Amino acid sequence: MQIARVVGTVVATQKHAKFGGAKLLLVQPVDLDDKPQGTPLLAVDSVGAGVHEKVLVVIEGRAAGEALGRKGAPVDAAIIGIVDHVDARE
Amino acid sequence: MQLAKVIGDVVATRKDDALHGIKLMVLQPLAPDGSAVGRTLVAVDAVGAGVGETVFFVRGKEASFPFYPTEVPTDAGIVGIVDQVDLG
Repeated sequence: MQIARVVGTVVATQKHAKFGGAKLLLVQPVDLDDKPQGTPLLAVDSVGAGVHEKVLVVIEGRAAGEALGRKGAPVDAAIIGIVDHVDARE
Repeated sequence: MQLAKVIGDVVATRKDDALHGIKLMVLQPLAPDGSAVGRTLVAVDAVGAGVGETVFFVRGKEASFPFYPTEVPTDAGIVGIVDQVDLG
């Protein structure tokens, strides 16, 4: 899983049927110091995250489908938690 | 599977129901010599690892297998605590 910051929302009227009702958010992976790491990506949201929140993102197809609650959904990333805080001690 | 050091943990009150009761740890992947390589990541813990320990973890859907039959939405999981690495 990656820690990421929600940076936007995406609206798509025309999409695969398995996406029905799914919320799509644009997330920017960040490091432990909150600095952007790599390219932003689209993730389905299963926990009710909002823009500017720090979240946990799974980047793997089956896990993302499980988060969405649908088998065989054409997704590869999902938000599965909202981060309260990270304790990095080393 | 890959070696990593547990460098922290993540607290998330609001999360997928299947993750309740599962610890989320911050990992720094390691090279065999113990130096840090690549980006940090967050993994579920299946073995009771603690901060500061060297562990090995698995990536991909297999990371959820220790919690079977619960289908945990994860892409990385700690599956062992390393006692020792010997380089030949």
